[in-house]
Amino acid sequence: MNRTAIDLWVGIFVTIGLAAIVFLALKVGNLASFSTVPSYRLEARFDNIGGLKLRAPVKAAGVVVGRVDRIRLDPKTYEAVVALKIDNGYQFTKDSIASILTSGLLGEVYIALDAGGDAVLLGDGATIPKTQSAVVLEKLIGQFMFDKAGSGGGK
Amino acid sequence: MLAEGVFDGLRRVGAGAINAVSRLGFAARFFAVVLIHSPAALKRTRLTLREIYFAGVLSLVIIMVSGLFVGMVLGLQGYDTLNKYGAGDSLGIFVGLSLVRELGPVVAGLLFASRAGSAITAEIGLMKTTEQLAAMEMMAVDPLARIVAPRFWGGVISMPLLAALFSMMGVFGAYLVGVRLIGVDSGAFWGNMRAAIGFWPDVTNGIIKSVVFGVAVSLIAVFEGYDAKPTAEGVSSATTRTVVEASLAILALDFILTVFMFRGLGG
Repeated sequence: MNRTAIDLWVGIFVTIGLAAIVFLALKVGNLASFSTVPSYRLEARFDNIGGLKLRAPVKAAGVVVGRVDRIRLDPKTYEAVVALKIDNGYQFTKDSIASILTSGLLGEVYIALDAGGDAVLLGDGATIPKTQSAVVLEKLIGQFMFDKAGSGGGK
Repeated sequence: MLAEGVFDGLRRVGAGAINAVSRLGFAARFFAVVLIHSPAALKRTRLTLREIYFAGVLSLVIIMVSGLFVGMVLGLQGYDTLNKYGAGDSLGIFVGLSLVRELGPVVAGLLFASRAGSAITAEIGLMKTTEQLAAMEMMAVDPLARIVAPRFWGGVISMPLLAALFSMMGVFGAYLVGVRLIGVDSGAFWGNMRAAIGFWPDVTNGIIKSVVFGVAVSLIAVFEGYDAKPTAEGVSSATTRTVVEASLAILALDFILTVFMFRGLGG
């Protein structure tokens, strides 16, 4: 083993070692920047997004058609603005409904897109007009208890 | 007759204890002397680079292959159990946390101790047996600065990088099995993992652990080599001791570090 070969190997070793630390730190950064599928953006506004996370899937009829790209709060209306990246192959009509659902009781949170019958399609950057917020289980249970107490009473 | 036997046994216990304490003291002084000689050794980067090559680069294959397999097994076992509770999407969290916090530093450390630590001990022990160390002293070359310190630092520098590579390959293996084979959603895998694992405390704690293990394994390896009896038998038993002591040190230190990291000093 001569000197330059050792230098080269140590250089490779240190570089990939540091790269591994960076990988662990970023946890494979934003996967979207790696994806090669061309996509366009849609926005949807929700009153409450529940446990929705970045990179959560967007499904239409159960098929993954895109990913959640960005989540922010509109400081004026206090609505959550969710940016979706949809694969170019899928177009949605203007009266589509976006709703936040959970797969199973403990499963992941995703956005379901239900296409409507309108002839006009949503273009890049458009906002989905109709949305349905996440169901917050605690609120639902609270409401149920409240209704039960109000109606039943004596039972 | 019976009293004789009891005394004999007690004497043996006492001799063992005194021997252990004096060896521990010798090891601590040896550590201090290695640190004192380190600046001079580190100035000659060539020596340390050569040791990084032997300790780190040559351990790459075993570390990466083991990491991949450990990750794949974690993916299979983790999914099987998590899916019983309908939480298969949390596979990324499970795999990421166990690798970054525990398995990465610990398993990489154990592999490093048996792959590189034993080689360092055997090399230094054989140098001592063939009187190369004595010859160096005759030529006014300090073997601590020329032989021991570079090997120590080569190990200390290689260990965190190897642990990080192990964790990375493990996550990749779990991704292969979990996402590609079983069909966990890749967004849920990575998204949940990134949401649950923080750079500070999780990743940094893993790096701190691997640095501590690197110091422990390298110190034990060079000490056992330097302290080996200058016979063929002595070198062989020193090599064995390195692997046993380094493995026990890693596991014990891991417990102590984990207590401090996740329970805090106050308890």
